[in-house]
Amino acid sequence: MNSNHEQKCCCGGKGGASNMAKLDEIMAKYQGAKGALIPVLQEAQDAYGYLPKDVIVRIGEKMSIPTSQIYGVATFYAQFHLNPRGKNIIRVCQGTACHVRGAKAILKALEDTLKVSAGKTTPDLKFTLETVACIGACGLAPVMMVNDDTHGRLTPEIVPEIIGRYA
Amino acid sequence: MDMVNITIDGQKVQVPKTATVLEAALSVGIKVPTLCYHPELRPEGACRVCLVEVEGARSLVASCVYPVNEGMVVRTNTAAVREARQMVVELLLANHPPDCLSCQRNLNCELQSIASDLGIREIRFDGERKDLPLDANNPSLVRDQNKCILCGHCIRACSERQGVHVYSFVNRGFNTTVAPAFMTGLDEAPCTYCGQCATVCPTGAIVEKDDTDEVWKAISDPKKHVVVQTAPAVRVALGEALGMGPGSVVTGKMVAALRRLGFDKVFDTDFTADLTILEEGTEFIERLTKGGKLPMITSCSPGWVNFIELMYPDLLDHLSTAKSPQQMFGALVKTYYAEKQGIDPKDIVSVSIMPCTAKKAEAVRPEMKSSGYQDVDYVLTTRELGRMIREAGLSFDKLPAEEFDAPLGISTGAGVIFGATGGVMEAALRTVAEVVTGKELGCLDFKEVRGLTGIKEAVVPVGDLKVKVAVAHTLQNARTMLDKIRAGEADYHFIEVMACPGGCIGGGGQPLPVCKETRQARVDAIYECDQCMSMRKSHDNPAVKELYDSWLGKPLGEKSHKLLHTHYHAQHREG
Repeated sequence: MNSNHEQKCCCGGKGGASNMAKLDEIMAKYQGAKGALIPVLQEAQDAYGYLPKDVIVRIGEKMSIPTSQIYGVATFYAQFHLNPRGKNIIRVCQGTACHVRGAKAILKALEDTLKVSAGKTTPDLKFTLETVACIGACGLAPVMMVNDDTHGRLTPEIVPEIIGRYA
Repeated sequence: MDMVNITIDGQKVQVPKTATVLEAALSVGIKVPTLCYHPELRPEGACRVCLVEVEGARSLVASCVYPVNEGMVVRTNTAAVREARQMVVELLLANHPPDCLSCQRNLNCELQSIASDLGIREIRFDGERKDLPLDANNPSLVRDQNKCILCGHCIRACSERQGVHVYSFVNRGFNTTVAPAFMTGLDEAPCTYCGQCATVCPTGAIVEKDDTDEVWKAISDPKKHVVVQTAPAVRVALGEALGMGPGSVVTGKMVAALRRLGFDKVFDTDFTADLTILEEGTEFIERLTKGGKLPMITSCSPGWVNFIELMYPDLLDHLSTAKSPQQMFGALVKTYYAEKQGIDPKDIVSVSIMPCTAKKAEAVRPEMKSSGYQDVDYVLTTRELGRMIREAGLSFDKLPAEEFDAPLGISTGAGVIFGATGGVMEAALRTVAEVVTGKELGCLDFKEVRGLTGIKEAVVPVGDLKVKVAVAHTLQNARTMLDKIRAGEADYHFIEVMACPGGCIGGGGQPLPVCKETRQARVDAIYECDQCMSMRKSHDNPAVKELYDSWLGKPLGEKSHKLLHTHYHAQHREG
């Protein structure tokens, strides 16, 4: 079956058990609290960068919530990620203003430069490329954000140079 | 109970305060169409097919979740209601695969029936189609999520009824689908293969794996000797798949049909049900008198065996080591029967007709090869047999009643009641009581263990002993029982567990649709079969006696141990 989980373990082979200590700490804070699943998932994602399979399974075991349900929640909300994310997160705007000023070409230039499609992460885990509907900087259209930096009035030609600064 | 008065389509009706508009409508015989509603599951209000008009409400309401209140005026059949329902169904059909004619659920599909009932003659929208891969990597069930209408029945049946929680809604919006955690197939999820999801699926999104082609092939191979066994619960449900009412006992017609399909010998799983009682009953007496692990729990239901192996592996030594009747039968056909008939076991094809989807998985367990071959080659569900009978063009209702072949078709009433919850327990008690006391029982009916109550308990005097027994059906009730054992609060001696509601008669492979009333009718039919048998105790079965005398030796003997007993192991499937 198609699995979203190419990467089996969250610790990159450094021994799972010790790496679960962070998770156990997070869950300890919420012990017995009702409706704690989403905050636990959020904090776990902060700690691990994404929600690896063994983290989800352990949350299920410790919080007595079926894994299927946790997976359902984690796939429902756009904020949760089930695959490792890049060191740098690129959010390229596809809103109306950016669209009319050539956002498609910017996205294409990013995809060509990074050699990944929108929504994916580069194999070296340096960049994750995401599209967003609007980042509220229409005056700078077409625009993208890399982490917390805003880059406006983009042209396809300038994209590789900007990416180069983060590589 | 507090009642309220409401008006539905001009009819004044008094209903409990806690009722929904849908329940109120059903109580006065108004059939509101539903898809996501299921009378035995928590309501969800997801599909919007059950829309009705409520005076004063701002829009049409989903009657399955809308509570009644005093003086409410409801209209279920206005132009606006009809139009809205049609729209809802049309939108569902707009992205549903248009392959009804070749779908396994053709003519037995709730979506199809509703489209027909609502008079949908054209689909005005051409929706986007999903293209999700088929989940068919397990022996029991096939899931085609492209046919899923997101009613959530399977999710709720698996969680509420079975306590297994395999499924959840995954993703969002148009991309929503139903899947196990991590989008795996059922083979990688903690699925017991009980098939209850398939019994509640309104479309062809979850169906049994169809093995009829393989069986047809075996039948038409002149070099093969094809024998068939039929489980107790099949004879009281097969009629439903062929146009008869629930609770019809069709044993004789079923035997006749199987002969006409071309099986060389038609045998009865009831025979090995009797044998199971002798092995399991003896095992129980041994554990009871020699200090073995108690409570002992039955092991006939393969969905249940998968459940305990997956979820409670620490309690596996409570399970009886006796194989299920299907597997005892399989082991004997390719040894005892082959020897007696002088047939090379490699030329025997052993088929079983079961009310169960998990039996398909049981047959291919690696340890089920005691004869040196796969003991049971193919398992067909009651539904598949129904389809074969239709395919062969047999007029089922006109078939004469025929008898099973000897010797593996000879059985007692104790064998047939295996099909209903409490039946294995009752059959065991009939034998255990007589074997332990050496005295004949006056009354053979152990009514405390009968019926559709989720967990039943009884204390049965056996000689000087007071044997405390319990019976659980559905895996949620099994879970309750196992938690009690883990907590050390279960002082029972013997527990029967069946994975499905009502026992095998409510199995995942039984004809659809099924509801509480249908299950009750099947249970009644099972006890009717028992009453009609001349012998009602397993240890009276002359063919079983002959088997022990001439070939097996004694219960729990060396040959029994090799052929009729098995072992269990923890299964690890994350999710």
